Amino acid sequence: MSEQKNKQARGVTDVVLGLMRDDNAKFSPLAAFTGIILLVGTVLTVLRFTQGLGAVTNLTNTHPWGMWIGFDLMCGVALAAGGYTTSAACYLFGMKKYHSAVRPAILTAFLGYAMVVVSLLYDVGRPDRLVLAYPFIVQQGTTSLLFEVGLCVLLYLTVLFLEFTPIPLEWLGLRKARNIAVKLTLTLTIFGVVLSTLHQSSLGALFLIAPSKLHPLWYSPYLGVFFFVSSIAAGLSMVIFESMLSHKKLRHRMGKAYLEEHPPLILGYAKAASLVLFGYFMVKVVGVSAGDNWYLLLTPYGIWFLVELLGFVALPCFLFAVGSRNKDPGLIKFTAVLTIIGIVLNRLNISMIAFNWHLPLDERYIPSWMEITLSVYMVTCLILAFRFIATRMPVFDEHPDFKGQH
Amino acid sequence: MAISRRNFLGWMGAAGLSASLVGKQAHAASTKEFAGHPGSYGVLHDITRCVGCRSCEEACNTVNKLPKPAKPYTDESVLNKKRKLTTTEYTIVNKSVQEGSPIFIKTQCNHCLEPACASVCFVNAFQKLPNGAVVYDASVCVGCRYCMIACPFEVPTYEYDAPYTPEVVKCTLCAPLLEKGLLPGCVESCPTESLLFGKRDDLLKIARARIEKFPSRYVDHIYGEQEMGGTSWLYLSGVPFKDIGMREDLGNTPAPKLTSGALHLIPMVVSLWPVFLAGMYGMTKRRNTIADEEKAKAVAIAIEQTENKAAEILSQAMEKAKKEKENVSKRVERARENRVKKALEHSSSTNSDEGA
Repeated sequence: MSEQKNKQARGVTDVVLGLMRDDNAKFSPLAAFTGIILLVGTVLTVLRFTQGLGAVTNLTNTHPWGMWIGFDLMCGVALAAGGYTTSAACYLFGMKKYHSAVRPAILTAFLGYAMVVVSLLYDVGRPDRLVLAYPFIVQQGTTSLLFEVGLCVLLYLTVLFLEFTPIPLEWLGLRKARNIAVKLTLTLTIFGVVLSTLHQSSLGALFLIAPSKLHPLWYSPYLGVFFFVSSIAAGLSMVIFESMLSHKKLRHRMGKAYLEEHPPLILGYAKAASLVLFGYFMVKVVGVSAGDNWYLLLTPYGIWFLVELLGFVALPCFLFAVGSRNKDPGLIKFTAVLTIIGIVLNRLNISMIAFNWHLPLDERYIPSWMEITLSVYMVTCLILAFRFIATRMPVFDEHPDFKGQH
Repeated sequence: MAISRRNFLGWMGAAGLSASLVGKQAHAASTKEFAGHPGSYGVLHDITRCVGCRSCEEACNTVNKLPKPAKPYTDESVLNKKRKLTTTEYTIVNKSVQEGSPIFIKTQCNHCLEPACASVCFVNAFQKLPNGAVVYDASVCVGCRYCMIACPFEVPTYEYDAPYTPEVVKCTLCAPLLEKGLLPGCVESCPTESLLFGKRDDLLKIARARIEKFPSRYVDHIYGEQEMGGTSWLYLSGVPFKDIGMREDLGNTPAPKLTSGALHLIPMVVSLWPVFLAGMYGMTKRRNTIADEEKAKAVAIAIEQTENKAAEILSQAMEKAKKEKENVSKRVERARENRVKKALEHSSSTNSDEGA
């Protein structure tokens, strides 16, 4: 009896040793760079929380949102969309062959959203009140789209956590808890898609309040639709991109199912992304048309808009189609990176570059090196956490005790 | 924490069941028209009467107990550079030179009838009071600064340098003084009556009368009457407002209407998306079931066919065996008959031999 118990639940020492296991003992320039980022980031964190926002950011009264909203929040949430797109494809739309991609996507999304929340704690003036959930407990500003974004992000982070739990529970050998968590899959997936639809679109809709500040080519009553549709393309591309990185670094952890399903998955995702990008391109054109903003296309901002629309929406749409038709994984991976850059560009345009475009250049916001470093710090922590979990827990492979039990 | 009715409704709205059920904030997301609190106050700033003495700035500084600036208020050199509102200056007078002559414009919170800051605040820290003032409650503010993104007049400022308890700062229309029946500091101190305090409706009438009486002195526009759905501060000018740094492209849509469409969609997504997704799941599952059934059927048919074939082969074999058996028995029979015949023939021949 006790033998059986030992087999099921891992001993405390096992867990501790597993956590401590050093999988990065070799010294490399990348490791050194990571170390420096972590060190500087920690110092800047102390600076931020003891000296205030003014000490580390270039934020002004006219530019109250900077790098941490434009990149960490806006891009972070969009690029974490792989979680809901993959789980929806697998569990709701019956694409069972993508099953082995669900766990890496959920893990990426969970860590991405966790990073977003941590970044927000850096960005708001009163992080203590955010932790105490003032907007939900003390006084509810239900007319604010930010209220909705906040609530959805909070709920979705919980959903992602629950979707993620089977991974550590299998690792720890807690069969009962793990089986309960797995039973919730369908409900959680539906919740996840609803919450994602809401907050992905609402992040764009946040800017509906400022037609006088955002350049007309980017401002549109359809901002919510733009953000939602583009988040699907971002999510699909991130799954491709993330698998590309993982293949380089974590191949030894990949199970047979993952490795077998991977090539058709990339083709399928490329096809889907091409289709979604086509739809996104169309609604963006509708946006220009509805605002009758054609005349602005030949201004400097218009050319910048065209670079984003043609170079980072239309082009990847075409390249994804070519890549999936020719079964060319190299082209697909390149296009995924192109799409991701395009989404980042779009979010930065809306929150920073085309925002307050009416102001003279010397009143415009350029992030400080400290803001940028802290953003890099967040992403670094995310990658390290991903690596830490994926090298130890059943993410890319099935746990031997739970084979075929999904 | 006790759950009050409003809290409960707030949560309902949050859950997306209805963004427009919430009594107090109904205007922000509804399609109803709101023309401002009846009898609310405002200030008429007649730019043509302003001489740029900055008495208002000084009064504001005193009333709000703000730190004194480096240069005294009498120092006119301050006016040479365009200034913006700061956390220690709730109001600013700027100089704009038009056709050689200076024009002075006072800037402060315009106290919108339907404030953008209030509609976007996710803790409801801003409130439009019935007396017209838009006030801020620092005790709930989380410091997200969405109010600053939303304000079309770039009014709210933030204490970025306060490490632990930064607040949003802006003009309060001297709401505490109004409650005591006193005038706002700036209005009280204005020596030229460039600032006129009163009921907004009356101020509009006065402004219109001035334009009518001195059509050459004023442009025919009361800034703030319609802008962003109307503001409690109203302006008269002798030159086009856009020439003196006041935006005329803001439009007349009240800020909350800009986001009401998106807010209205939320309960629709919450209600219908699960239905759609569950439907997709159901269809997938059904398709799989049908596929499984068809597979099972095909297998059954195949088995049946194989069985039939086997039975046929068996029966054929049986038939053959039967026939062979018959053949054999016939042959046996014939052989026996032959033998009997032979025996009979043999016995009859011996009998005849004996007889002979």
